[in-house]
Amino acid sequence: MSDWYREFANSGFGSTITKQLGLPRPAVLRRYEPGEPLLPGPVVVGSAGEGRLREQLTTVLRDAGVTVQSPVTADGATDGEKLGAVVLDATGLSTPGDLASAHDFLAPAIKRLRASGRVLILADPPSEAGSPAQAAARQALDGLVRSIGKELRDGSTANLVYVPAGAEGSIAGPVRFFLSGRSAYVDGQVVTLSSAEVPEGEDADRPLAGKVAVVTGAARGIGASIARVLSRDGAHVVAVDIPAAGDKLAEVANEVGGTAFQLDITADDAAPRLVEHVRERHGGVDVVVHNAGITRDKLLVNMDAARWNSVMAVNLQAQLDLTQALLDADGVLKDGARIVCVSSQSGIAGNRGQTNYAASKAGVIGMVRAWAPEFANRKATINAVAPGFIVTDMTAKMPLGTREVGSRLNSLQQGGLPVDVAETIAWLAQPGSAGVNGQTVRVCGQSLLGA
Amino acid sequence: MATTRKAAIVGGNRIPFARSNSAYAQASNQDMLTATLDGLVARFGLQGKQLGEVVAGAVLKHSRDFNLTRESVLGSKLSATTPAYDVQQACGTGLEAAILVANKVALGQIESGIAGGVDTTSDAPLAVGDDLRRALIGLNNARTLQQRLKAIGKIRPGQLVPEAPRNAEPRTGLAMGDHAAITAEEWEIGREEQDELAVRSHRNMAAAYDRGFFDDLVTPFLGLARDNNLRPDSSLEKLSTLKPVFGKGEGATMTAGNSTPLTDGASAVLLASDEWAEARGLPVLAHLVDAQTAAVDYVHGGEGLLMAPVYAMPVMLARNGLTLQDFDFYEIHEAFASTVLATLKAWEDADFCKAKLGLDAPLGSIDRGKLNVNGSSLAAGHPFAATGGRIVAQLAKTLHEAGPGKRGLISICAAGGQGVVAILES
Repeated sequence: MSDWYREFANSGFGSTITKQLGLPRPAVLRRYEPGEPLLPGPVVVGSAGEGRLREQLTTVLRDAGVTVQSPVTADGATDGEKLGAVVLDATGLSTPGDLASAHDFLAPAIKRLRASGRVLILADPPSEAGSPAQAAARQALDGLVRSIGKELRDGSTANLVYVPAGAEGSIAGPVRFFLSGRSAYVDGQVVTLSSAEVPEGEDADRPLAGKVAVVTGAARGIGASIARVLSRDGAHVVAVDIPAAGDKLAEVANEVGGTAFQLDITADDAAPRLVEHVRERHGGVDVVVHNAGITRDKLLVNMDAARWNSVMAVNLQAQLDLTQALLDADGVLKDGARIVCVSSQSGIAGNRGQTNYAASKAGVIGMVRAWAPEFANRKATINAVAPGFIVTDMTAKMPLGTREVGSRLNSLQQGGLPVDVAETIAWLAQPGSAGVNGQTVRVCGQSLLGA
Repeated sequence: MATTRKAAIVGGNRIPFARSNSAYAQASNQDMLTATLDGLVARFGLQGKQLGEVVAGAVLKHSRDFNLTRESVLGSKLSATTPAYDVQQACGTGLEAAILVANKVALGQIESGIAGGVDTTSDAPLAVGDDLRRALIGLNNARTLQQRLKAIGKIRPGQLVPEAPRNAEPRTGLAMGDHAAITAEEWEIGREEQDELAVRSHRNMAAAYDRGFFDDLVTPFLGLARDNNLRPDSSLEKLSTLKPVFGKGEGATMTAGNSTPLTDGASAVLLASDEWAEARGLPVLAHLVDAQTAAVDYVHGGEGLLMAPVYAMPVMLARNGLTLQDFDFYEIHEAFASTVLATLKAWEDADFCKAKLGLDAPLGSIDRGKLNVNGSSLAAGHPFAATGGRIVAQLAKTLHEAGPGKRGLISICAAGGQGVVAILES
């Protein structure tokens, strides 16, 4: 579905009107296209205090072919070209007083940020601070980034990555993601890295080459988009959906050159059948995306057991059962495996009429957090993504008013696209995301709900 | 190649079968066969792949579908460089196609191929009658106004009624059901045993669907996810209320409940050499071991129209050193319940086996618990050319589930007094 309002607001006449009336002015977001440069302009890297990531950052950016400019001074003396991104290494913070230097660096730099620009701050996690003052300074960045996200316009985003001691080697993938068009609808997010062995030599355009990826709920909507993006990134996609959706599933599988596997993931024997299928056909699996989900909305007081149980079975229990079966099956979950579970904004913010759905989706967040250490031991990861307002066939059926308001309640003032969710999942599925584990990344344009 | 090998059955796909003029009323043979091929392509990741060949056919065919299978391949996701040809052996088409592909694999002429079949009784070809056709050709050849008027003058209103294909034998004018009714009477096949067989077929197939057996054998089409002829709640009580539709008088036993309805649908089976399957990480469900075709003279020879498989069977069994009892599963196509029962009765009949089959001893009886265990045509329906592919894939999966070394037998009767039988082994 096209966003008629965004198109209007970006037209000559619409631009004038919306500006004068103070109406939302959603931008056309910069989205990833294979082969395009990581950023459409240079990046400026600054630091607050004596940062320890300077060298790594320079290497990552240089490897990605990005031009790095030295920090601008407060008077904005540096000439010209608008910036693609502003990156702040805040690992040197010791006290709230040090934050002034963050302000000194960010303010003039952000002024020069171009449309769909990126603000990215890297810092140590507050939980590992040496003193309350240091923890305060580190935690302060959380509020700073979220506020910058709300102040930015024209499709720009701001995100924060916490880099604990020892996780310095994990930053390349996350830095690339947050600067790229893949993170178009990821805004105001905080991701905490962990130390991990990050494989080298990843092909930036086909990071999933040679990987086998199972995607549940792949017949339509976000699932089909996930299949397309994983395939574009090089994976062989095993597209899974209920047998009744098999015709659409076959279309998706044929489109992406994958295979269709009709399976009701809530069936008693679903887990062994999935395990057997990937073992026999592919010798195992590298990536599993638990995307299948259903809604059976009703106010809690009016909800029958069937609605409650069916939502729990598909959205949560099946993710638990399939994942456990894959873990238990010897050698099926390949080295460096990636599990990505689809949660939801409802699981974070709650939603009227969705007690069952929100409970199941919140459960997913708890599940990935709890499972992360075991996956880390296997050099694998498990993460969740929580989509916000994503424009799908489902939202197209919403009443116009509800849909318009719903899609504007975020910093980017527009609904996201299925591909935005898919890009985030594909990033978490990359070998280079080894240091992202147990995290829940919202793909919500910094939604006002549950923020 | 000096030696032969057994062709592997890798898997199958079909669309749910639909009763005539229901879900697929607007679909052509080519639509259905193409969708079926694409479902198979998706299941086994064959996009853009060149296979050895695709062999399929339809019994009811428009003249524009002269190259039906090749056109379907061109419309599918397979490589356009995959050759294809049509075959037609009435209801034996699907199984015969599988035998053809398997034989080429066995001889090493191809490494992989798809065998299939499709039929629609909803989009059946209507033809103009011979009289009208002659008049129209005359009109076409006319050069002068006078000649044209003369040619037009030969057309009579009655000639404008198109000829629909009939489910009747050209040489006897009898419907297939009427032929089957004659056989049923000859072999004294009772109403109740026919109804029992029908109920079992529906229940077996419904149970198979419920346990997910068809999850990797069927791909939905045009909003249909299961065969719409399937009646999971079928019962003897309900079937016993139906009036006979074939046969005459008191002794008539064949009803719409224990006969297959006109059906639309398509099926396809992927066959290959073991090496081809293994190189692609694809399963081998079973091998096609042997097959045999026979025909009977139902016009003058006094044999029933659908009894040819009875004759084919002992030839194939003898060639393989097997008895009728050496099988774990039997798939006897349920064109009519009475056909299955007459077939079994004939194999049990010492006199018949001696006189007609030239056997010293009857082939004997089979364990009915091994017959059509996941349902057959009475439940699924019977789109003529698509039935063979359904049975081959279904039996191959049944054998695979039961484990290695299991043997299955297929028996399919066909119009024109023909029959095809085959042995599969896991």
